Amino acid sequence: MKILVPLKRVPDPDTKIRVNASGSGLETDGVKYAINPFDAIALEEALRLRDQVGTAEILVVSIGSADCQEQLRAGLAMGADRAMLVRHDAEVDSLAVAKLLAAIYRREQPNLVLMGKQAIDNDANQAGQMLAALLGIGQATFISKLAVSADAAKAICCRETDAGLESVSVALPAVITADLRLNEPRYVTALGIMKAKKKPLEEITPADLGVDPASRTRLLKLSLAPKRKAGIRVKTVDELLKKLREEAQVI
Amino acid sequence: MKNLLVIAEHDCGQLKLATLAAIACAKKVCADTGGQFEILVLGEAVSGVADAVTGYGATNVLVGDHSSLKYPLADKFAYIIATVAKEHGSTLILAAASTFSKDILPRAAALLDAGMLSDVTAVSPDGDDFVFDRVMYAGNVIATVKLDGPVKVLTVRAAAFSAPPQIETKSPIIPANVNVESLPQLMEFVSRDAKPSGRPDATEARIVVSGGRALKNSDDFERIVGGLADKLGAAVGSSRALVDSGITPNTLQIGQTGKVVAPELYIALGMSGAIQHLAGMKDSKIIAAVNTDPDAPIFEVADYGLIGDIYQVVPELIAKLEQS
Repeated sequence: MKILVPLKRVPDPDTKIRVNASGSGLETDGVKYAINPFDAIALEEALRLRDQVGTAEILVVSIGSADCQEQLRAGLAMGADRAMLVRHDAEVDSLAVAKLLAAIYRREQPNLVLMGKQAIDNDANQAGQMLAALLGIGQATFISKLAVSADAAKAICCRETDAGLESVSVALPAVITADLRLNEPRYVTALGIMKAKKKPLEEITPADLGVDPASRTRLLKLSLAPKRKAGIRVKTVDELLKKLREEAQVI
Repeated sequence: MKNLLVIAEHDCGQLKLATLAAIACAKKVCADTGGQFEILVLGEAVSGVADAVTGYGATNVLVGDHSSLKYPLADKFAYIIATVAKEHGSTLILAAASTFSKDILPRAAALLDAGMLSDVTAVSPDGDDFVFDRVMYAGNVIATVKLDGPVKVLTVRAAAFSAPPQIETKSPIIPANVNVESLPQLMEFVSRDAKPSGRPDATEARIVVSGGRALKNSDDFERIVGGLADKLGAAVGSSRALVDSGITPNTLQIGQTGKVVAPELYIALGMSGAIQHLAGMKDSKIIAAVNTDPDAPIFEVADYGLIGDIYQVVPELIAKLEQS
């Protein structure tokens, strides 16, 4: 079995996000980066699946600048077998990501693509679904449970939807996107980091894949969302009720 | 001439009111730049949904009604949306942001080789094109963007577009061209674990009462959060922590990765107010918060903050609401 797991380099979720003075991007000074948390969950699931089926090759892929090697090495340290970096310094939107991943998929022919349901930087929640569409294969999004059949012909996935938990069966190969409750990713060990240094990390370009990575999305400016102001403190339940009734008039 | 296509969302034949926000966005685009919009309803036994959207000025309400569309499976729904969009020359395809649309629309967009924007909060005309605002970084950053290409796909934030008024003239209901034999068969529905709660959906309610880590178990959640909600005819919501620990079902989660709500009143009970949670509720009109910790970040966004233990404050609140 071969599993493809895309990893995106994003600002650490605990970083305070600041927009630069010109509004052209984020303030990057002092910002720490991490594997997109949903992608780390996807990788953890791939590692568990490998343990379950005995042998599987796990390929982690990132798209971006040379800095992405850091996240790929972290993925290798978690236990992935090899890594691929598609070197491209400009921003790519979800459709461009899906086209690049589709080209890698065709080269590698994995049985399964496991990825995060969204990246916590742009919160688009699109790339996995687009990838499945381009490949003409099934998808199971926002999953909190995965069971792959013994013959690896299908997967039963529990999905977290607005209406409740939904179980779908999807023919493999498929694209499966991880939600928060799928698992808790393991910590990287010192031994894992040592091993990761010896694992292969291949660098290729969009041109090698025959893909034009141009984005349809053009950023004009970024701005911070308006902040709510803190209101007042009330001392008693009576005072709270009075405010809600008379001042806010919401009850 | 611009042709827009709004994808209606429903839950087993009941129209999701967020659809009206997508219709409102479509109407705004048509008013700003000229053009017309159609509404597409897909499912099984959805004539009620179609009827519910005929009063908003759409050129047509297109309906694909078939047993194979009973559940919104992405392979089939995206295929139909892309087929209908091509047939009708739709240049802007939109739906309210939800797990339904986020599952299906990106797939349809890729089939159309169209770029897509999620969680759009504003659309303004720019010559022959548009400029969009969308939220990212857990709602902390607004990106103003353009989207190239002849076909564009959007999900829109329901809170950003108010439901349009109904008009007298009814849109004609016509069947959408759905060729059942040609539908992809990549996925199958197995089951759904949706317990009807008898309470309104948090995305549609005027008041939402929400509970956080201070709640120790499901019974307490039901008694404190549910009890106050029922007194106010409100929906209930919860933080991620409670869902993770099995105290509340995933359908109640509000935040960056859960539901995004913007009710008239949001009552946060025993919630710290992590930024991922704030992402899902900070556009509420009024926020009231009760928490024992005076430094809890929730107080930085609350209009009314009460420092206290929800186990004492909420029963008192319920009792006083009963008196009046």
